[in-house]
Amino acid sequence: MRAFAQLLEDLGYIQSRNRKLSRMVAYFRSTPDPDRGWALAALTDGVPQAVLGRLPLRRMLAELTETFIDPVLYRLSRDYVGDTAETVALLWPHRTAAQDPSESPAPEPPALGLGAIVHAFSNCDTTAQSTRLLGTLLDHLDTQGRWALLKFVGGAPRVGVSARLAKTALAEAFGHDVAEVEEVWHGVEAPYTNLFAWLEGKGPRPDVDGLPIFRPVMLAHPIEDDDWKSLAADDFVAEWKWDGIRVQISARGGQVRIFSRQGDDISGAFPEIRLVFTSHDCVADGELLVMRKGEVAPFNDLQQRLNRKVVTPRMQSQYPVHVRLYDLLFDGKEDLRPLPFTERRHRLEAWLQREKPLLVDLSALVPFASFDELNRIWAGTRAEGIEGLMLKRKESAYHAGRIKGLWYKWKRAPLTLDCVLMYAQRGAGKRSSYYSDYTFGVWRMTQTGDQELVPVGKAYSGFTDEELRHLDKWVRDHTTERFGPVRAVSAGLVLEVAFDAVQASARHKSGIAMRFPRIHRIRWDKPAAEADTIEAVNALLPQSERPPN
Amino acid sequence: MTALRRAAAPFHTWLYPDDRGLYCAAGGFHIDPHQPVERAVITHGHSDHARAGHGAVLATPETIAVMHARLGKESAGSFQPLPYGETITLSEVQVRLVPAGHILGSAQVVIEKQGCRAVVSGDYKRAHDPTCRPFELVPCDLFVTEATFALPVFQHEPAEHEARKLLHSLEEQPERAHLVGAYGLGKCQRMIKLVREAGYEKPIYLHGAMVSLCELYEACGVALGPLVYVADAERGTLAGELVMCPPSALRERWSRRFADPVTAFASGWMRIKGRARQQGVELPLVVSDHADWPELVATIRETGAGEVWITHGRDDALGHYLSTHGVKARALSIVGWDEEAE
Ligand SMILES: [Zn+2]
Ligand SMILES: [Zn+2]
Repeated sequence: MRAFAQLLEDLGYIQSRNRKLSRMVAYFRSTPDPDRGWALAALTDGVPQAVLGRLPLRRMLAELTETFIDPVLYRLSRDYVGDTAETVALLWPHRTAAQDPSESPAPEPPALGLGAIVHAFSNCDTTAQSTRLLGTLLDHLDTQGRWALLKFVGGAPRVGVSARLAKTALAEAFGHDVAEVEEVWHGVEAPYTNLFAWLEGKGPRPDVDGLPIFRPVMLAHPIEDDDWKSLAADDFVAEWKWDGIRVQISARGGQVRIFSRQGDDISGAFPEIRLVFTSHDCVADGELLVMRKGEVAPFNDLQQRLNRKVVTPRMQSQYPVHVRLYDLLFDGKEDLRPLPFTERRHRLEAWLQREKPLLVDLSALVPFASFDELNRIWAGTRAEGIEGLMLKRKESAYHAGRIKGLWYKWKRAPLTLDCVLMYAQRGAGKRSSYYSDYTFGVWRMTQTGDQELVPVGKAYSGFTDEELRHLDKWVRDHTTERFGPVRAVSAGLVLEVAFDAVQASARHKSGIAMRFPRIHRIRWDKPAAEADTIEAVNALLPQSERPPN
Repeated sequence: MTALRRAAAPFHTWLYPDDRGLYCAAGGFHIDPHQPVERAVITHGHSDHARAGHGAVLATPETIAVMHARLGKESAGSFQPLPYGETITLSEVQVRLVPAGHILGSAQVVIEKQGCRAVVSGDYKRAHDPTCRPFELVPCDLFVTEATFALPVFQHEPAEHEARKLLHSLEEQPERAHLVGAYGLGKCQRMIKLVREAGYEKPIYLHGAMVSLCELYEACGVALGPLVYVADAERGTLAGELVMCPPSALRERWSRRFADPVTAFASGWMRIKGRARQQGVELPLVVSDHADWPELVATIRETGAGEVWITHGRDDALGHYLSTHGVKARALSIVGWDEEAE
């Protein structure tokens, strides 16, 4: 527990990604099984609650703490600290002899290893037993250890490490690529002893075929102006890039799971799609969309369906979802990924012909003879739900990750508006000494006929380090008010902001929200009074979302 | 209980908060007032306790030296030093200053009137601090206490432990400068002294704001070892070196000159992870110059005081604790005494 507790604590404070990585690498290399596997579980999907016996942690802690602390003092402490596990860890009386800090710590008894702790909890038959066990463990740990234990048994510790970063560290620790870990990840279980054995070269690769697991996805590069001259139109096919979310549907022997691009299991939110695929055996790649009468609905509608654990039938009929497929990774047990795109495409078309699944269609190819022609086709298209074009190399196999030269995304030239800087906030990590997050607004007429600025978005990218230094100085020199890490500035700097679209939003004071705003240019030269107005922003909304004039 | 004691007027008739701070009517003076007054007794030099503009100031010689350094020699009409342990009569009361263990020169104000004793402790701690005289317990009838860390979650680890943590990080990451944010009066010098005691002998670099107070400590006999003002250091990134600075400088432009700095912060608030993260601190050092919860509770009990007044901090938690343990507690909520100094 001591090594794990130190790991968690360090990860919580380290800000640099690379340093977090090397901290985890060191831990995975130096910690024995099964402890490192349980730590990996805590840092990724959480320690499975079923293994621990679904502990009613809150109730157990209430029972344990009421024996030594006044409820009023507990409540005041909890309110101040803001986290139950941390509060209990800090409050817990030191029952073991306090250690002389000048001495090196005594070796930890094996019963305090993560593996032993999991084992002990899984052996408890009643909550009363689990509660006693928890109390005994807390008695034997120091503050840091108590905190880590409670975070461990409570599920996700939230120490600023994504599951992806933990897996990257795991792969790096043993000289593998993270894609290899992702490939088997959903087919292995905590404490991942077989996974570690394989990565260390001491065992076979875990057998994951036949399981409905996530396969790492192939990603596209944004196309740059310089790319065109090295590309031949003949080598590529084009597809529309749909404004939904990329999903992978993995169907095996009646079990179906739907994954996001990052491998998060989002099956729960889309029961109807799951149902459709129970009678199929495949791994398919496509876009999840809300569609009504064959028309793609705005992204906002899809958002109503995301991040939900349960979906009511009403939600299902109000926001009907649909999958538009563009690739087939497995047909039955056959792995199609080594095949060139064109062949996979034939297999996908044949598969759809054969299986005719409901709520699923094919993402059409856009035929073109030259890139110029493609450009013209695209310029003439203003359909809802199209975010851009995908260019895919015909002979390319399906490779995990983002490999240069194979797939490109070609988005519309962004929209831009001249906005006025209103607030600046300190950045995170390396940028913490700079005001690097900018909230900007446009002019709006008040009831009394004055012009006021109303915030329309926030951006923290799109400028060079040099520009950041200038912006930072400007913010410091023009501060009118400070609230914690935020400074309000006088209306004096125009930012040309690029974004992909605007949407109506009830959550924003201005009534609109920008998609992917970034600083396009800093208009040091432009007077703030000449920046854009809210009317100019509203004109960019889709017709149906525009406020009445 | 003697006849004399029974005859004494209740404390609140001659010691009470007014619009300028805590006022001792029987002695005609305020203690750490936040507004200019005619006569002030100052417990210690932190800015929320020692302010400029009073007519006459009574304090320990060290506190007067601090006030001279920070506020100027003209910051009060007159300064009267009262060394620890000496008694002075002010109108109807006897006044004595006793070490509070908070920072150099910090004192508890012991006030006696007709055999009744009140102790106004200012800020205090019981933990080891090589830069000042340790807290002395004075049995009393009324104890006036701070409550900065008055929540049971504040049980600070020994500060020596935190100093070793800092040195360990320096050893592990010699390619990075270590910036330690610490309050300039007291905390900074204590941190320096703690790492010296832990065996660190290299020069320690100082932000400009820390220089004069470190010199003052040295002049008062607190040896801090080799110190270098950062601006005087050769242009370099101070990789592997220890730099002391005010907490605010950790996130200012000043910090950019250093090699990929580790930002540390020495404060009792660092016990709470959320507070440390909020400040973007990579190496939190739980070092407090205020009593933690067990110290507060133990000190109050040891004074034997039947009545406790709480000046500033978490008076809700401490008041609740005392009233459920048979001690009469009252929250004064004195304005202007804040947590700035930690
Ligand atoms: Zn103080
Ligand atoms: Zn104070």
